[in-house]
Amino acid sequence: MPVFYGTEVASPLMLGTAQYPSPAIMAEAFRASGAGIATVSLRREGGGGQDFYRLIRDLGIPVLPNTAGCHSVREAVTTAQMARELFETPWIKLEVIRDDDTLCPDVIALVEAARALSGDGFQVFPYCTEDLSVCGRLLDAGCEVLMPWGAPIGSGRGLNNPYGLRSLRAHFPGIPLVVDAGIGLPSHAAQAMELGYDAVLLNTAVAKAGDPVAMARAMASAIEAGKLAHGANPIEARDMAAPSTPLFGMAVLG
Amino acid sequence: MKITLNGAPRDLTGPSVQDVLTEIGLGTAKVATALNGAFLPAAARPETTLSDGDALEVVAPMQGG
Repeated sequence: MPVFYGTEVASPLMLGTAQYPSPAIMAEAFRASGAGIATVSLRREGGGGQDFYRLIRDLGIPVLPNTAGCHSVREAVTTAQMARELFETPWIKLEVIRDDDTLCPDVIALVEAARALSGDGFQVFPYCTEDLSVCGRLLDAGCEVLMPWGAPIGSGRGLNNPYGLRSLRAHFPGIPLVVDAGIGLPSHAAQAMELGYDAVLLNTAVAKAGDPVAMARAMASAIEAGKLAHGANPIEARDMAAPSTPLFGMAVLG
Repeated sequence: MKITLNGAPRDLTGPSVQDVLTEIGLGTAKVATALNGAFLPAAARPETTLSDGDALEVVAPMQGG
């Protein structure tokens, strides 16, 4: 199972807590999937925050707060500081957004914020692109986990750049890698695990499915299948057919 | 004391941040605070006094992805 900053989690499925039809369905989706981490956020207290806090505590799994919506280093750092106090964890899913249409990370600000937070004792999970140089910079900044996007958040497009994700895996064999965002189907999650990723973080694909509980279970099964497949050393794809049934011993009939 | 609380103008007695939280019914709630854009730890709320024009953010756990 994945180990993040020395903590082993119970499942490679990291599940978001937003957009479910009800709190009860959210909790059931977590139970059905056996998700290892719950992602959460901070927002102005307008009622509901206290009930939600109890709900996620009752899930009994580690919580990963995010800095979703932050567009600057200052915003992200302050949000992380508030999250650390509120959730009593040094873990922070660091998001610094540049573009609102794609929710593409501002990778320059991300590196700066990651350095500041790592220096302040945070254990940073950066939501990043699959760019090798940026990921290298994030490791230099103190990150011990990388979370490249599969596709834009909520898009459900799957893995837009399998080559880039594979390349990242090959370059950083000892670093826990998580595909974060863009997953729409269990097959996308399986593909991430087949590439050798350590975990998958998703939210919308489960929460907005017609039956979130069933989809949560399907994601967990797909992740398990992909993980097993990676460990089983899959065959290489080829262009031409290669008969699987032996030709030797075939009767001459024509 | 006229401050901006979570983006809205409010006239509150205070004077400390902890007093304000109590005044708005969040004295013992699970919340985090930022004063004028900077994190304000819970331990510093009782001795941190507010002035006219201050901007206080009070956030709570919320759903997130």
